[in-house]
Amino acid sequence: MSWMAALFLRDFKLAVRVGGGALIGVLFFLAVVTVFPFGVGPDLTLLARIGSAVLWIGALLSTLLGLDRLFQADREDGTLDLYLLAGRPMELVVLVKCAAHWAATGLPLVIATPLFALFLNLEPMAIAAVTLTLVIGTPALTLIGAVGAGVTVSLRRGGVLLAILVVPLSIPVLIFGVSAATAVLSATAPFLTPFLYLSAISLVALVVGPVSAAAALRYASD
Amino acid sequence: MNFYDLANPTFFLNLVRRVLPWLVGITLILFAVGLYLSFAAPQDYQQGNTVRIMFIHVPSAWLGMFCYAMMAMSSIGSLVWRHPLADVSAKAAAPLGACFTFLALFTGAVWGQPMWGTWWVWDARLTSFLVLFIMYLGIIALWKTMDDPNKAARPIAILTLVGALNLPIIKFSVDWWNTLHQPASVFRMDGPTIHPSLLTPLMVMALAFTFFFIMMHLMSMRNEIYRRRIRAMRMRAAAAPSARATVASAKNA
Repeated sequence: MSWMAALFLRDFKLAVRVGGGALIGVLFFLAVVTVFPFGVGPDLTLLARIGSAVLWIGALLSTLLGLDRLFQADREDGTLDLYLLAGRPMELVVLVKCAAHWAATGLPLVIATPLFALFLNLEPMAIAAVTLTLVIGTPALTLIGAVGAGVTVSLRRGGVLLAILVVPLSIPVLIFGVSAATAVLSATAPFLTPFLYLSAISLVALVVGPVSAAAALRYASD
Repeated sequence: MNFYDLANPTFFLNLVRRVLPWLVGITLILFAVGLYLSFAAPQDYQQGNTVRIMFIHVPSAWLGMFCYAMMAMSSIGSLVWRHPLADVSAKAAAPLGACFTFLALFTGAVWGQPMWGTWWVWDARLTSFLVLFIMYLGIIALWKTMDDPNKAARPIAILTLVGALNLPIIKFSVDWWNTLHQPASVFRMDGPTIHPSLLTPLMVMALAFTFFFIMMHLMSMRNEIYRRRIRAMRMRAAAAPSARATVASAKNA
């Protein structure tokens, strides 16, 4: 267990310290949220209606932005080969790396969400709903993204391609996340159904993501 | 002949050479019959002549999905058995699948304009097909980006399989999203049943498209094998001592 904690701490520190660029994701998130009112107009009722969707799309884009750093730095300096040689289950290594990546890039997005939601005139209930769905949903985005990051790890400039590959796979997360988040605004739409589907997708991603990403990394090394 | 004999590219090329003329002939005959039946079919009482678009549209959509299934099976072949032809098959199927999917989307838009009054609606089926199209393009882009096709095959196979796992979830979620946003009763894709006079041409066209796909797939697998041979020959020529000597003498001169 201690090696997992050590790996988590190493990755987390590398991500948040100088040169890691983890917090750039939050800045990008802020930029996306700021740019939306310029596109759709400053109408506060409209913003309150689409605000949850804007926050979700912002979180998705910010997650995509940081994904290419998930394995690439480790491949460039040879750490990835050492992980493979060390004989630890690669799936667990990937899972721990994803957890550290999420703690450094996904969690700040979730923490910033209530604040950014105020810009978009969201009601308190909607703020709670969108934050809750993002807590459940952003790990799924990171884990699905890990598959794309593993597949494109050998490419020198795979960032844009990685985003194109991951976007179709993350559509279900977006659909159920936004559905649950906007359900609290409507009288008829159920909150629990999409929320449970979102949780189910996150759990599936917890299995599929590390297993496939680990397999891709094994092939990338030799 | 068994599964492992096919791993020998020369054997496979010989097989393709023998089978291909027959496939071309069958495809041409099926298309001739299918197109004749399509134009001879009576007009639909509601859709008029536009019903004939269906004879292209529906087989394209079927093949668009069939191609992904083909790619997924090839990916299993290249991951489990490391079958070299499975890599080639997966690579060759991707552009074909993208073409069929594009054709389905395009003919759907052409049909939708007079029928629904709009080129595009965010209908569940259209949306999932658009997502499928994006996935095909992503996989093609990945094949184009990785310079060594032998190394690219397995990571791309993993992505294809994750996509295959995800496609039902995407389909389900898009259906769910669509029924949430708009009731499905706004338009109906098809009536309750298709009249036999329209069903026969459709089936013949579907068969023609399937043979066309098999023919194109074998041809593009053959081309891919040749392309890899050329690549290997070029690399061997570049690494050969004579080539190095020429470079060296050119430098000294």
